[in-house]
Amino acid sequence: MTKMTGAQIVMECLAREGVEYIFGIPGGANLPLYDTLPQYPQIRHILVRHEQAAAHAADAYARVTGKAGVCWATSGPGATNLVTGIANASMDSVPLVCITGAVVSWLIGRDGFQEADITGITIPITKQNYLVLDVDDLAQTVREAFHIATTGRPGPVLIDIPRDIQQQQTEFHYPEKVDIPSYRPVTKGHPGQIRKAAQLIAEAERPLILAGHGVVLARAYDELRELAERAHIPVICTLLGIGGFPGSHELYLGMPGMHGMYWNNIAISEADLIIGIGMRFDDRVTGRLKDFAPNARIIHIDVDPAEIGKNVRTTVPIVGDVKEVLSDLNPLVQPARHDAWCRHIQEIRREHPSITIPNVDKVLPQFVIKKIYELSGPDAYFVTGVGQHQMWAAQFFWGDNPGSFVTSGGLGTMGFEVPAAMGVQFARPKDLVWSICGDGGFQMTMQEMATIVEHELPIKFAIINNGHLGMVRQWQHLFYDDNLQAVRLFHPDYVKLAEAFGAAGLRVTDKIEVEPAIEKALRHPGPVIIDFHVEQHEDIYPMMPPGASLAETVDQPEAEREAKPEKVRSS
Amino acid sequence: MTKHTIVALVEDRPGVLNRIASKWRQRGFNIESLAVGHSEMAGLSRMTFTVDGTTTDVDQVTKQMYKLIEVVKVTDLTEHDMVHRELALVKVAANPQQRSAIIEIVDIFRAKIVDVAPESLIIEVTGTEDKIDAIFEMLRPYGIKELVRTGRIAMTRGAAAPTSVDGGKGEHHRYRPAGEGKPKVGSLL
Ligand SMILES: Cc1ncc(C[n+]2csc(CCOP(=O)(O)OP(=O)(O)O)c2C)c(N)n1
Ligand SMILES: [Mg+2]
Repeated sequence: MTKMTGAQIVMECLAREGVEYIFGIPGGANLPLYDTLPQYPQIRHILVRHEQAAAHAADAYARVTGKAGVCWATSGPGATNLVTGIANASMDSVPLVCITGAVVSWLIGRDGFQEADITGITIPITKQNYLVLDVDDLAQTVREAFHIATTGRPGPVLIDIPRDIQQQQTEFHYPEKVDIPSYRPVTKGHPGQIRKAAQLIAEAERPLILAGHGVVLARAYDELRELAERAHIPVICTLLGIGGFPGSHELYLGMPGMHGMYWNNIAISEADLIIGIGMRFDDRVTGRLKDFAPNARIIHIDVDPAEIGKNVRTTVPIVGDVKEVLSDLNPLVQPARHDAWCRHIQEIRREHPSITIPNVDKVLPQFVIKKIYELSGPDAYFVTGVGQHQMWAAQFFWGDNPGSFVTSGGLGTMGFEVPAAMGVQFARPKDLVWSICGDGGFQMTMQEMATIVEHELPIKFAIINNGHLGMVRQWQHLFYDDNLQAVRLFHPDYVKLAEAFGAAGLRVTDKIEVEPAIEKALRHPGPVIIDFHVEQHEDIYPMMPPGASLAETVDQPEAEREAKPEKVRSS
Repeated sequence: MTKHTIVALVEDRPGVLNRIASKWRQRGFNIESLAVGHSEMAGLSRMTFTVDGTTTDVDQVTKQMYKLIEVVKVTDLTEHDMVHRELALVKVAANPQQRSAIIEIVDIFRAKIVDVAPESLIIEVTGTEDKIDAIFEMLRPYGIKELVRTGRIAMTRGAAAPTSVDGGKGEHHRYRPAGEGKPKVGSLL
């Protein structure tokens, strides 16, 4: 048997896992891996400009394809630059395999040049991590890493490999199957619990489904739809659940929570049954916990047993893969109609429409986002940053393309929008990809424009340029007496910037230019940045104030909306 | 019952204790004592720890620990009929005049003197936490120079072994035999 180096073993394992892309940056500690790249032409390495972007791109690639995303970096600063991206994937349960080069094994623990204890650093933000000190353990480790990252509740796994281990030679044995006795995630729901759930559903008069990221991760779109239609249950999707249920469906109600639809927050407070599916009752969704869904019994379906009972009391917990559990549950669910309940919610909706856009001459950010959705066709993907534009993007998303809304939920990572759009476009080379950017977020990771132009990725960037760290401005405005500190953003000339990178640049300062600019961008074959100069002091509503309960959500503060045009700020 | 006694079988691999401690810290669990050592299964360490159930959601402790890949089995012994013990070594000041009084205390508690020096004694005592607290109080007036306690270890009474993983035949091939290959038993850190 011919011998292989550690680096070749890693690449061989990646190839057998079907890896198409590795996002990364080279350095002293991972050069043996780079040395093998020509031997594996089926794997494309994408040189990013910052390792954070490697992790976000791999993360977004994973969200869209359902396969593990792969990124790698050198030791020390390369590895630590991955940390934000790993934490992001961890919070959103995204399968990621991160490979870091480490200093040679005999220097570990001696503060060698560019040594960072990355396995120690990433313990709380990885599902599992490994420091491989024996080349004979490598194949098994890589195999396990993919298995752990992609099964059960998905998450990031990191493998740290000293440079000498990458160089050592050994015989290669590919472990055909992985079996970790202490890791056997439950995928099939308990039949007794499923029966009980069906019973609760049959008894409910005011049921609601709260669908989360688990639906998208498990690709349980059809199963969710079947449940909703069979028992006539309205569906609310959390921020990460958006795209898990068709937006145009009559049972779809949009997003709940802090900036969710008013009618949803009231409906949750009135419901007698909440079916949480692949979601974790995050505080942005529940509001003040003790007042969450006070009239409801709760069915909670999740693959992670630790989520059960973590935040809310559960009447019927079901641990298992969302897709499997729903397939088992659906046949037991009695067909029903809840017309009165649905009508009631629609009445609240009529009285509190939550997302109507005032007809003003200014360029309102939500108007821009709505137009982008309208003009982009049914198959587009939308990536967002974090902040007001993200919430508007979520509020106005009523599309049907499953899994087409990609955003940083749990960690709320500004700067996600640029590299994540890159990951989505690599995963979906033929589809339209929009990156809806904050001007703040864009400036955090805009170096990746170089990577994007280099690879001719035709991403359309819509910078929602409000000249502010808008979401923080809103909080300072509402909760800190309008004492605006460090939220005003200087910005470069984005059109020139686009051109400097080799992309097309457009600027929109007037409402009548919005549609033509979007259309022009859509016609342009390459990457485009549109700099939308939007109203700077627009606040996002509805809003459930921090610490409040869902029932206390403010739909639209009318008085303030009237007064706003008069307000001029000079900061 | 507020004090919970929990036994965890964990794979004997480097970094495992770090992972577990990190989880406890991250989740804000209030762990009162911890004792770790070999178990009856090669490659598996047994941890016994106690948690204050009034400040910590014990169910979450168990579930969060199960999220760690190396954690094989977690059992809350609190509802079981169990034997639990702690071991303490106490170094107490003892001049020749005081010695016989101290020996009397040691006898009453069925403790042992394991080291004798001109000005001190080391006393080894095994028992429940209450018993160790009690002897400590009795010895305190003589002058305690050092005290070390192991933290609680526990086992259920009777033939059943609810804390164990079954068999060992093939099923747990992943657990390396003690002392063979690397990492070695005792390498939890
Ligand atoms: C990396 C990071 N730093 C800081 C924050 C805190 N934060 C949340 S929203 C926000 C403002 C975002 O500004 P921008 O990207 O312009 O979006 P906008 O809210 O204006 O739409 C900030 C600073 C964050 N979420 N992420
Ligand atoms: Mg902004």
